[in-house]
Amino acid sequence: MNRLTPLAVLAMTTALAGAASAQDLRMTIWSANEAHLAVFNEIADSFTADRPDVSVTFESLPFASYTTTLTTQIAGGNPPDLAWILERTAADFVNSGILAPLNETFSNTEGFDYGDMIEKPTELWRRDGELYAVPFSTSPLAIFANTDLIEAAGARTPAALIEAGEWTWENAMATAAKVAEGDKDGIIVRDFNYQTWQNLAAIWRGWDASPWSADGDTCGFADPEMVAAMTFIHGAIFEDGAIPGPGESVDFFAGDAAMSITQISRASLLPKGDDAFAWDLVPLPAGPAGEYSVIGQAAIGVFQDSPNADLAVDFLAHMTNPENSAKLAQFFPPIRQSLLNADTLGATNPLLTPAMIENVVVQGIARGGVLPVHEGYSEIQQLVRAELDALWQPDADVEAVLGAVCRSIQPLL
Amino acid sequence: MTVVATRSDPPRRKRVFWTMDRRDSLVGYLFIAPQVLGICVFVLLPLALVFWYSLHEWNVLARTFRFTGTENYQRLLSDPGLVKVLGATGIFSVFLVVFNMSLALLLAVLLNQKLRGITIFRTLFFSPVVVSLVAWTIVWSFLLQNNGGLNGILQVFGIEGPNWLRNPTTAMISVVVVQVFKNVGLNMILFLAALQGVPKELYEAARVDGIPAVAQFRRITLPMISPTVLLTSIITIVGSLQVFAQIAVLTKGGPGMSTTVLVYYLYQQAFEFHKFGYGATLSILLFAIVAVLTFVQWQMRKRIVFYEQ
Repeated sequence: MNRLTPLAVLAMTTALAGAASAQDLRMTIWSANEAHLAVFNEIADSFTADRPDVSVTFESLPFASYTTTLTTQIAGGNPPDLAWILERTAADFVNSGILAPLNETFSNTEGFDYGDMIEKPTELWRRDGELYAVPFSTSPLAIFANTDLIEAAGARTPAALIEAGEWTWENAMATAAKVAEGDKDGIIVRDFNYQTWQNLAAIWRGWDASPWSADGDTCGFADPEMVAAMTFIHGAIFEDGAIPGPGESVDFFAGDAAMSITQISRASLLPKGDDAFAWDLVPLPAGPAGEYSVIGQAAIGVFQDSPNADLAVDFLAHMTNPENSAKLAQFFPPIRQSLLNADTLGATNPLLTPAMIENVVVQGIARGGVLPVHEGYSEIQQLVRAELDALWQPDADVEAVLGAVCRSIQPLL
Repeated sequence: MTVVATRSDPPRRKRVFWTMDRRDSLVGYLFIAPQVLGICVFVLLPLALVFWYSLHEWNVLARTFRFTGTENYQRLLSDPGLVKVLGATGIFSVFLVVFNMSLALLLAVLLNQKLRGITIFRTLFFSPVVVSLVAWTIVWSFLLQNNGGLNGILQVFGIEGPNWLRNPTTAMISVVVVQVFKNVGLNMILFLAALQGVPKELYEAARVDGIPAVAQFRRITLPMISPTVLLTSIITIVGSLQVFAQIAVLTKGGPGMSTTVLVYYLYQQAFEFHKFGYGATLSILLFAIVAVLTFVQWQMRKRIVFYEQ
C-alpha cells in the first residue's frame, strides 16, 4: 500500500491553506550566475506583469549537492513548484510520477508552438509519449583548443586535422601527447576528475560503446567496444601522458592544457586581456565507429503535488515559448528548430563564429545522443565509480576491471 | 446541671500548597524546562522518527511509504557493502583515536612548561580547531593531490611522493591525518588543563625518592589525568564514528570503498540513492555502536580511572 508520509501530509495541508491567499512560485536552479538570474527574472516579470497576485522566486542550490538538496526538500514535504533536473536523474524523476504532465497545456497555449520543438532531444523526458519536463538546455560536448600551445609544441592543430579529414581520436591524442611532453598538459575531460565516469561517454561513443544496452537491462562495460575504448583512454593517460592522471588538477581555461572536452557554455570562462590565448572550438573527433555527437541536457519540470501546479505549468510554457527560449539561448542552447541556426545563436553568442555554431551546436544537437542514463542512476554511478578506481592505475587489467564493473551493477539493471 | 464536655480541636492550620520546597522545585523545573523541551523536540523525537522510518521503505520520488517491519534490519545482515564499510570505519576509528590521543598527550606534556612564548605555541596547535572544517579539508585536498603541495615539498628532497588520495592505504592515512591535525588541539588543551592540576608535591616526593622521569609519568601523571583520558577517549571515539565532511571532500569514499565509513555510507543510501528507510536503519546501527562503546568505556572507568578522594 502506498501512503504519503506524515511530514508530507502536514506540509501539503499547510501549503493548501496558504494557497488560497497567494500564489508564490518557487523554482530551484543550480546556477547563481547573475547574468542567468537577470534573464530568469526578466522572464518571470513578463509572466507576473498581468498577474499581480503571483510571484516567482528562483532558489539557487549548489550544483554538487543539487539533487540531494532537492530530494531532501521533497522528503521534508517542502518541494519547490518547479525544478531544474539533470539528465542523469531524468529516468528517476520521469518514471516516479512526481512530475506533472505537460502535453495538454503546451498544445493549448497560444504562441507556444509545440511542434517547433525537436523531438529527439526530448526523448529522455517523455514516458508513453507524454512530456514531463522541458529540456531548456541542450548543450553538445565539444573540444576547446588552445592553438597557441599546440602550435608552440609543433603539433597539428584540430583545424588542420579537420581540414585534412584526419580529425580522429588517434590524432587528437597525438596532438595532446605532443603538448604534454613540455611543461603543459594535453587534453582534459572536464568535470571527470576520475569520479564522474559518465563524462567519458564523450570519448567512448566514438567506439560505439555504451555502459548498458538500449533497454537498460544488460551491462555493456565488458563488451568489446567498451574494452577497446577504455584501453585507448587508459593508454592515453598512463602511456602517452595525453590526459592528466588521477589526482592532478589542471585548468584549460588558465592556459595549462592543449584541449578540453566540455560544453560550449564554458566559452564564458575563456580568459581575456593579458591572459588571453588563441583558441578554437571544434566538434568531437571521429572514433573507429565514425562521427558522432554527445549532448548534455538539463530540463525543467513541475511537481504535480504542488498546490500551484497548474500555474507552474503555465509559467513553464511561458518560460520556454519561442520568445523566451531566444532569450535563454545566449546561455542555454534550445531545442527549437526555429532558433537553431547560426543567425539566431550568433546574435546571442558573440564569442562563437558562425562556423563554430553550425558545426558544433546545430549539427551536434541534431545528431547527438545524451549522456548515459538509467533508473536508479545514483546507486549505479557509485558502484561503477568504486570499481573503476581499480582502472586508474598504471598496471590495471582493463578487461578484468570492466568485467568486475558488470558483475557489480548487473543486479541493479 | 449538665456539663457538656467539649473537646476543643486544635486550630486547623490552613495547608499551604506552595511550600518552600515546592517553590524551589518549580523554579528548578522551570530552569531545566527549555533544555528538556529542546532534548525532546530535537533529540528524542527525531530518534523515534528515525526508528519509525527504519521500519519502512520510503521512496521519496515515488512518494511511497510502505511498512516493511524488520526487512531493513535483515538487509543489514546481507548487505555485502556493509562489511567493507564497517571494516573501513573500524580502521579509521582505531587509527584516529590512537594517533589523536598520543599526539595530544605528547603536545600537552611538551607545552606544559613555563617558557617564554609558550602561549604562542599553544595557540598555534589549537587554532585548527576553530577553523571551518570544510575550508580546512579543501586546503588539504589541494595539498594531497598528485601534483599538489605535499608531493612538491617531497620532490625538493628527491622523494617521489605517492598519489595520496588514489591509493587505498594512503587515502586512509590521509583522511586520518587530516582529521587528527584538525582536532588534536582540543584534546591537547584538555590534557594540558589536567596536567596543570596534578599536585607538584607528588613529583617532588618522587624526585626525592629517585624515581626516573618515565616512571613518574607512568605512576603519577597518567593516573592523575586518567579522568581526562576517559573523557577525551569518549569524545574522540564518538567523533571518529561521525566523520563525514573529510570523506565527502577528500575521497568520496574511494578508492573503491576503502574510505567509505558508516556515516558516509548512510548518507549515500538515504540522500543519494533515495533509500531513506535503509539509511534510517544504518543510523540506528550507528547509534547502537556509539551507545555500546560509550557504555563499555564508562564501565571500564572503575578499573582504569583514578579518582582522588
